[in-house]
Amino acid sequence: MLESNALISLLSAIAVLAGLGVSFGALLGFVGERFKVKGNPLVEKIDALLPQTQCGQCGYPGCRPYAEAINEGDAINKCPPGGETTIAELADLLGREPAPLDGEAQAEERVAFIREDECIGCTKCIQACPVDAIIGTAKLMHTVIEDECTGCDLCVAPCPVDCIDMLPRSTPLTQWQPVVNAAAADLIASDRVEEPPHVARL
Amino acid sequence: MSELFVILIGTALVNNFVLVQFLGLCPFMGVSNKLESAVGMSAATTFVLTLASAASYVVYHGLLVPLEVTYLRTISFIVVIAAVVQFTEVMVRYMSPLLHQVLGIFLPLITTNCAVLGVALLSLNRELSFFHTTLYGFGAALGFSLILVLFAALRERLSGADIPKPFQGAAIAMVTASLMSLAFLGFSGLVQL
Repeated sequence: MLESNALISLLSAIAVLAGLGVSFGALLGFVGERFKVKGNPLVEKIDALLPQTQCGQCGYPGCRPYAEAINEGDAINKCPPGGETTIAELADLLGREPAPLDGEAQAEERVAFIREDECIGCTKCIQACPVDAIIGTAKLMHTVIEDECTGCDLCVAPCPVDCIDMLPRSTPLTQWQPVVNAAAADLIASDRVEEPPHVARL
Repeated sequence: MSELFVILIGTALVNNFVLVQFLGLCPFMGVSNKLESAVGMSAATTFVLTLASAASYVVYHGLLVPLEVTYLRTISFIVVIAAVVQFTEVMVRYMSPLLHQVLGIFLPLITTNCAVLGVALLSLNRELSFFHTTLYGFGAALGFSLILVLFAALRERLSGADIPKPFQGAAIAMVTASLMSLAFLGFSGLVQL
């Protein structure tokens, strides 16, 4: 009698633990299936913030690989087309410190500028431009819409006559510019140097 | 009504699980470096603690008592807690992948947070009703969150302070924790449980 009691309590103990395990396992399996996360949603979010120019200046083959690299811990300041805005947004999303744009480069923002009299109208730069910032058509002169240009450099290499320069972005007229006293500015010979190219463009 | 208030204050402040009963010290030290992750950890632990104490009550009174296997309570509670933590992890990953990444290994480690098991077992000894057990768990979680967030805020301040070299890092954290514990002892006698 004692033995059968002990057997029953032993069996019920096993049954309780097995039942608990199986039922919780089933519940978790169901929940895991129901709220499954496809891929890594954080990479999606980072990718959505990047400018999608696929220019490769970050050192990765495109925006998506760079988003994955950021997720793995790479720096967030390697995207020149995105500029400060993208860095600030990424820093906000990831809770990291915003850093100045990486690179030898980018002390000042540069945009492409086509020397129009040398342009032969080959349209190669138009095809290279990821943001459609170059207008023009075959055998006619092309030009860059400065506001659209992200400074990604991709149009420079395809140009057969090398008529594209990367120049500092001109200051918009809505922005304050230091007033240079014109009378005092060319008192001596060295003042009368050639105008800097971005002034000539205006 | 006043009874509910007494349970809440009693668990959150007077018998605070971290500083008075010294349970759940692992996340208290581990996740208190940054205020942000401390807040996330507090939210996750609050969720787990409340749900786990309710689920433990159901398992104990619905399964263990009728089958007369109450001696299995510790191991069954561990199973319950592990399941609830897994559930929480799935939900956190679904709702906030960033928080999931920030919490990292500490999220599954809620399983080994002894405060969770402590709450389940202690509320059992008090023979509380289902609702009161849930409230007890919630109060304990509230106290845990309060301490964790306060401590994280203190440590963030301390990281900018000029601390003598031998006291830097864990040493000053321990000193801070003990001072906080002293301060919380001031609550004893506020509510008699």
